[in-house]
Amino acid sequence: MEPFEPRVVAFLCNWCSYTGADLAGTSRKKYPTNLLPIRVMCSGRVDPEFILKAFREGADGVIILGCHPGDCHYINGNHKTLGRFPILKKLVQQFGIHPDRLRLEWVSASEGDRYAVVVAEMTEQVRKLGPLRWNTRIKETVAASAAGGE
Amino acid sequence: MKNPVIGVYVCHCGSNIGSVVNVPEVVEFAKGLPNVAVAREHKYMCSDPGQDVIKKDIKELGLNRVVVASCSPLMHEHTFRKACESAGLNPYYFQMANIREQVSWVTTDKVRATEKAKVVLVGAVNRVVEHDPLFVKSVPVTPATLVIGGGVAGIEAALQVAASHTQVHLVEKEPSLGGHMARFDKTFPTLDCAACILTPKMVQANTNPFIKVHAYSEVIEVSGYVGNFTVKIRHKASYVNNDKCTGCGVCITKCPERGIPAEFESGLGNRPVYVAPDAPQHGKKPKDTFGKRPAIYTPFAQAVPNKPVIDRDNCRYYTTGKCRVCEKMCEPGAIDFDQKDWIEEIQVGNIIVATGMKTFDPTPMKNLGYGRIPDVYTGLEFERICHSSGPTEGQILTWKKESPKAIAIVHCVGSRDDKHHRHCSRVCCMYSLKYAHLIKEKLHNCEVYEFYIDMRCFGKGYEEFYSRLLQEDVRFVRGRVAEVSDWGIYPEEKGRLVVRVEDTLAAQVRRIPVDMVILSTALEPAENADHLKHTLHMSCSSDLFYLERHPKLAPVSTATDGIYIAGACQGPKDIPDSVAQAGAAAAQAIGMIKRGVVEIEPTTAHIEESMCTGCQICIPLCPYTAIRRNEEKRIAYIEGALCKGCGTCVGACPSGAAQQWGFDDRQIYREIEGVLAAK
Repeated sequence: MEPFEPRVVAFLCNWCSYTGADLAGTSRKKYPTNLLPIRVMCSGRVDPEFILKAFREGADGVIILGCHPGDCHYINGNHKTLGRFPILKKLVQQFGIHPDRLRLEWVSASEGDRYAVVVAEMTEQVRKLGPLRWNTRIKETVAASAAGGE
Repeated sequence: MKNPVIGVYVCHCGSNIGSVVNVPEVVEFAKGLPNVAVAREHKYMCSDPGQDVIKKDIKELGLNRVVVASCSPLMHEHTFRKACESAGLNPYYFQMANIREQVSWVTTDKVRATEKAKVVLVGAVNRVVEHDPLFVKSVPVTPATLVIGGGVAGIEAALQVAASHTQVHLVEKEPSLGGHMARFDKTFPTLDCAACILTPKMVQANTNPFIKVHAYSEVIEVSGYVGNFTVKIRHKASYVNNDKCTGCGVCITKCPERGIPAEFESGLGNRPVYVAPDAPQHGKKPKDTFGKRPAIYTPFAQAVPNKPVIDRDNCRYYTTGKCRVCEKMCEPGAIDFDQKDWIEEIQVGNIIVATGMKTFDPTPMKNLGYGRIPDVYTGLEFERICHSSGPTEGQILTWKKESPKAIAIVHCVGSRDDKHHRHCSRVCCMYSLKYAHLIKEKLHNCEVYEFYIDMRCFGKGYEEFYSRLLQEDVRFVRGRVAEVSDWGIYPEEKGRLVVRVEDTLAAQVRRIPVDMVILSTALEPAENADHLKHTLHMSCSSDLFYLERHPKLAPVSTATDGIYIAGACQGPKDIPDSVAQAGAAAAQAIGMIKRGVVEIEPTTAHIEESMCTGCQICIPLCPYTAIRRNEEKRIAYIEGALCKGCGTCVGACPSGAAQQWGFDDRQIYREIEGVLAAK
């Protein structure tokens, strides 16, 4: 069997984290290729449904990356993300997803090094938790309960 | 909606992408994706021939969507959008896949890089199907410019913009324009007198009918957007009515409070006064005015505007309730003890930030003795000692008012040092050489030692200046100074300072007795730089200087349109470079004023009336108060011009009524599906 390679969907804010991720590239930092970046204008744009959507589509982890509190390009969009985040963590737990599969990090436009470290950490964290296969598991559970009901 | 016909273009970027990602394989893969009509590769997509390929395909193959997999969208998204537009396609039918900064440059594993490039590409191809045509809005530009900081960069930028006969507001936090350059004696490498270059420019700025100088003022709030900023300026109370004040200076000479360390003398006034042990004791302390100023003062004689201010914290009237000498002496009756800070609101189209730098405080470096040994000076303090209008009137004297026989100049204090600042401060090598020259000029027999790590003489005429100094009998010692102490061991060291250093060229540790030490301190961002960063929503690089949009392609622009940076606030810089940047920033501002209109990104939020339930969750979330409530329809709506497109309301809307053009739910869902489609 092939070794497990986690797939982590990352939502990056355009101003800090996406620029920081670009800086990691410009400074030729090396990090795992498991992160799948999606650019949004602000971490505040990350709809809770995006996270569930990503898990449903087969992501093993989701990470939201925004500007450090106080540095938001849109004054305080990241504060709203920060406010939502604890509830989101509880929500995914209720859906049977380990809370460590969801993470929020602040990476500024100058923190290319930090971006590389965060990506490596997150990849390892999810790798340890193993494949999620949320969608398949739901289908199996539904099928099992349907079979049991008959 | 027409059926999507997508063209995919994968760039090699020379070998930047091509050497890691297997581009032909990605192209073959792209050909098999749904709706993709054509997939091609090119050595340089951003080049004219590369763009022509896209244009040709749009016209000949009837493409209605374009995806380019190349560098970061922050780099070339604009380029490719323009290419689409010129071929008649709405520029927002374009999507970029970043396979350079976030793929090929961050891994050496060719197989995994190629896999990731494919995944990112599927995300982009999936997303572009859902794109809508968007139209850029044009709004008029207020033809006025705000320049923050009245140092040489700010003055230059203000003069350049004013040359286009448009209004400039020049805000300076100190009572006078001039910044750091006003304190300098000579400038390297030409040894021009700094005041002779700067003071005429200060006067020009102050008398120019298009420049309004707001001295002793600070920017406290900025709102609005490119072309239309509203700025609040706080004018600090100077307790002098500038309309009545003639600048005669009588108040300054009569003020009885004279012992306040002068900011302009860079800390020279903080040293205790030297009392010779054999001096006659009369019970009365000797009067100490070295590096001091009165409570009512102008920073320096050629101050512009030449209006004094009262330092409230040290004024006798404010501290003891008695005095008012200045009021009695002032013939025009300009002193106004009841003056209050007042706030002015102005409208500008562009903002140029030129807040400059400050120098590193070497007190924490205990081994160098600064703050403990009075004869250890910072570079800026020595600048004042050398200056003909400084407290010693240009005579180089030690703390005991003796002529030094040997002087040590220590380079890289706080720069190129992991414990303090990792950056090179760029100007220290040159000003250290300048000091060596000035010392040799004034004191022929004085030994001068330069303790350096590397000599960095990079500018025009700088290396020549260094060569000249090598002929002037200056001792260059390569090595970082370990310690400056006042503990003499050998007879020739008694009563002097000892510099201990490893001379790395001679490979031995040396003790060098000197009488004065100059620390060439690092440059740091100005004191209020962090505060202003938040006011203007700018970013900083890791050395905490303001971050430019791109170091080569947009060195004076910031991430926020309409806000430009110039001078040492962007990074350590000498005067020629600061002035050059100021000109560049001014050109950007003039360009926008000349165009008269500015294009606003259409990626703002909007609310679908039929879906809005009127729950009002979005209203308090908006940082720009752009969301209002239509009481009649009982729904929310967005004031288009105020929305900056963060999408926070969109992320929070429970009914999906709020959407963001270019980043709506459908598009991001499709992208998520795309990047996770494999396996």
